[in-house]
Amino acid sequence: MGDLDFDVIGRALPYLAHGMQYTVQLTVVAFAGGVVFGTLLALARLSSFKPLALAAAGYVNLMRSIPLLLVIFWFYFLAPVLLQSLTGAERPPQIGAERSAYITFILFEAAYFCEIMRAGIQSIAKGQAAAGFALGLDYWQVMRRIVLPQAFRNMLPVLLTQAIVLFQDVSLVSLLNVTDFVGAAVKIAQRDSRVIEMYLFVAVVYFLLCFALSSGARRLQLRLAIVR
Amino acid sequence: MIEIRNISKWYGSFRVLTDCSTSVAKGEVVVVCGPSGSGKSTLIKCVNGLETFQQGEVVVSGVSVGAKGTDLPKLRARIGMVFQNFELFPHLSVMENLTLAQVRVLGRTVEEATAKGAALLERVGLAAQAPKFPGQLSGGQQQRVAIARALAMDPIAMLFDEPTSALDPEMINEVLDVMVDLAKDGMTMMVVTHEMGFARKVAHRVLFMDKGEIVEDAPKEDFFGRPRSERAQQFLSKILHH
Ligand SMILES: Nc1ncnc2c1ncn2[C@@H]1O[C@H](COP(=O)(O)OP(=O)(O)OP(=O)(O)O)[C@@H](O)[C@H]1O
Ligand SMILES: [Mg+2]
Repeated sequence: MGDLDFDVIGRALPYLAHGMQYTVQLTVVAFAGGVVFGTLLALARLSSFKPLALAAAGYVNLMRSIPLLLVIFWFYFLAPVLLQSLTGAERPPQIGAERSAYITFILFEAAYFCEIMRAGIQSIAKGQAAAGFALGLDYWQVMRRIVLPQAFRNMLPVLLTQAIVLFQDVSLVSLLNVTDFVGAAVKIAQRDSRVIEMYLFVAVVYFLLCFALSSGARRLQLRLAIVR
Repeated sequence: MIEIRNISKWYGSFRVLTDCSTSVAKGEVVVVCGPSGSGKSTLIKCVNGLETFQQGEVVVSGVSVGAKGTDLPKLRARIGMVFQNFELFPHLSVMENLTLAQVRVLGRTVEEATAKGAALLERVGLAAQAPKFPGQLSGGQQQRVAIARALAMDPIAMLFDEPTSALDPEMINEVLDVMVDLAKDGMTMMVVTHEMGFARKVAHRVLFMDKGEIVEDAPKEDFFGRPRSERAQQFLSKILHH
């Protein structure tokens, strides 16, 4: 332990920053896509049309019972083959690890966001929707203008907590050899044989960021609590 | 204007409405009363299709509410409804509450809708509250905003479901005053309420419901003078003696 060399971090900083940029980007895209898709799933689960509700519930339960890592691998390796058999192409189309990661995370996170948004929608009293319908708004208008904004606001702290989990989970894509923040650190660590320094650095950065995010979420929760 | 013909409704095997028939003519004010659980809310919600029913027919201004091809949003846009718990949208300002459906359903411009909203807030005495949020208003003010919101759609009839029963006593009159004005203006109204003072003042007819049935449907004078049914007499003596 005597000869730790933290200068390696300074030298690798541009590369690490690039990795962090991808990590943040994937987190944001997966969050936005996951919330949108998850909200649609939640509406489907709450639909009075049973087949739709069952299909959505099946999807959510499936996703929530498979480890994320498996979903990532499956999608990466199986999706091209599936696409090939669907389109009848000669060779499996190249989706690429980065694009594959975007799609996988949206599909996976949507299952969790679905459950959050479902609870949020159910937290809004039925009378609110009734009032919207009574004014002549249709189903989508009632959802978009009345129910979902309130549900989203009520669930914001929980959504942010899930976003922090997502931010950490994104590191799994390094196993597809994608250069996210962790992936970048792994590569430097191996190239320069500076494993301890790099992993310490990664841990500290994750801790600081997640700590800042969760105290932000807590503060937001207090603010929203005052508004009601 | 509103025709209710022999409607019945069940929740599973529990019958909430039994063969209910009545009508409300243009400009008529009909008060619906009866004990808790007698089906008053259910009946009034059948008029704008917020509740479905298994038998019978409801026709509003020539349109059958329960029929398959009916454009319910379009019909509802023309029937105002006021709820016991106000149901203002808490995430929107008072003015936005008034303009939302005008813009989204009637296709008015925001300027038109805002002008209309301002005029109606003025009418219910709340012009200064437009930028506030519902949570910042008293219950009586909220209910007056809710009435203004319904009126903003230029309804051909108004439904009220116990509009004053969630209010503190000192706020009941400010809401009733608005409703009395409306009635005097010739608005067609169906009002579920136990405010018999209001009924005496402006109702043309009074319905008394019990256990899902319309037990009494009489002109105001007859209802208060000599209700025919035992149940209505008991009910009246209960609510008038406190
Ligand atoms: N979703 C439902 N499922 C089963 N029963 C219901 C449902 N909604 C209402 N009911 C029952 O239907 C009956 C009529 O209800 P309704 O709300 O119309 O009564 P009400 O006369 O408006 O009573 P209140 O004065 O308490 O408002 C009640 O016995 C109620 O318990
Ligand atoms: Mg009721």
